[in-house]
Amino acid sequence: MSSETIASRPVYGSLAPVESNYHLFIADDHGGAAIVELAQHLSSDFWTNCEIIYINSQPNSASDHSDAIEALQCSKFYLGASIDAARGRISNSLNRAKMGTQIYLAGSEQLLNVSTMLVIEAGYDHRSVQTEQRGSLARRVQCVHCKGITPDVITQPTVCSHCGLLLLVRDHYSRRLAAFQGVNINAEYPDDIPETVEAFV
Amino acid sequence: MSANNMIDVVVTQVVEVNELVKRFHFSRPDGLALPAFSGGSHIIVEMSDGEHVRKSPYSLMSSPLDTSDYQISIRRDDEGRGGSLYMHREVRPGMSMRISAPANLFPINNRSTKHLMIAGGIGITPFIAQTAQLLATGGDFELHYGARTTELASYVDELRASIGRRLHAYIGENIDFDDLLSRQPAGTHLYVCGPEPMIELVLAKAAENGWPKGHIHFEHFAKAPPGEPFTAYLSKSNKSIQVGKDQSLLEAMEEAGVDAPYLCRGGACGQCETTVVEAEGKILHGDYWLDDEEKAAGNKIMPCVSRFCGSNLVIER
Repeated sequence: MSSETIASRPVYGSLAPVESNYHLFIADDHGGAAIVELAQHLSSDFWTNCEIIYINSQPNSASDHSDAIEALQCSKFYLGASIDAARGRISNSLNRAKMGTQIYLAGSEQLLNVSTMLVIEAGYDHRSVQTEQRGSLARRVQCVHCKGITPDVITQPTVCSHCGLLLLVRDHYSRRLAAFQGVNINAEYPDDIPETVEAFV
Repeated sequence: MSANNMIDVVVTQVVEVNELVKRFHFSRPDGLALPAFSGGSHIIVEMSDGEHVRKSPYSLMSSPLDTSDYQISIRRDDEGRGGSLYMHREVRPGMSMRISAPANLFPINNRSTKHLMIAGGIGITPFIAQTAQLLATGGDFELHYGARTTELASYVDELRASIGRRLHAYIGENIDFDDLLSRQPAGTHLYVCGPEPMIELVLAKAAENGWPKGHIHFEHFAKAPPGEPFTAYLSKSNKSIQVGKDQSLLEAMEEAGVDAPYLCRGGACGQCETTVVEAEGKILHGDYWLDDEEKAAGNKIMPCVSRFCGSNLVIER
């Protein structure tokens, strides 16, 4: 669970399905467990008007819930290997959806962030989606100096993969970019290199 | 904030639209442009009716692209406090009046992919301004307009001419809200303006159809109702004021020289929210701002539309 630090830092909740004609789930890895757990409290009818997009980045590991999700027999199921590969599919589903479709996101912080960005691009209010964070807290970080985005950041500070500056990863977050802001941590004293810690795991 | 930003205007035209509705045109006496506004904005019109000053909100219906001429339409309400009757009976071309700068509590969400507008009766007015704006900016919209009779379907011909097939008029027939709300594409925003029962029905149908709250916008100005006169004590100003039967608590405070905050004067915006210090009696809440719990608790009052019935009312103003 994330805690609220500054207003822009996203806060996640837990999934609670509501009545609707159609439900769209987007999840990755450990987020699959959130769907499987929901299924224990829902009738099997629920899944007949439901699409699930599941990103399974580590098949046959503890985070692989693809078999259990497929067994729910939802009306549409897509299994992908990475959020980037699934982006077209997600946008397509969002753009084809009718108002009233309920959107649920579950999984790593990067999955929640990128999916929310696609939801906003499709014209939805970002508050209209339900989110549940499971698994990795690795961040997408935008270097405020070169504007390059570095995914999968787990350390504080971190090196910008584009320009090489050492960045302090802030909680300051951009919904438009689905990225946290990284600011050069040692601009005045380049030789002052703080200890690197694993902060986002 | 309050009465300082009033603008002097001249009534340039009064047009009888139908048996219940008149349209009023305002311009600045010096011929300069009025403030820019966005579709969905309202203005407060000041009416000096006899000894009292009354101020009521009306949606601007003219195009936001033309700020030389503000237009509002007012439906005559024979049961109200007399604001609409004053406008219908007393206001003539050439008269000087005062209006507020526009404020928008019902703006178009420019991020949305489509705008679904639902109007009932005189609730059509903000949409006339909004559709003019969207025609200029190229936004996707459809307007569903219900009215009881052809005569009362104000501006239906003008809208047909300006927006063509994007107008869906329902004269004397019901709108199938379930059908309408269930077939809207992703990213659509919903806007509703009209009589209170229609707004409530549409909001209920939208919730039933799974629409998220952030996509639903409505505007309904409560009318300050007439009622029994009452006395209120203003604790900060150290004044006791008498609220007449055709006067709102806010107007009575203004008459006593107390600068009380307000924006919409229709119980919608929350600006005038005032703490109740003591109340022996019943607060007659008439606003859309306080929730049911707050209304029941009785610690807050919206003086623009709410009244009091009892022996003692002290408010923090």
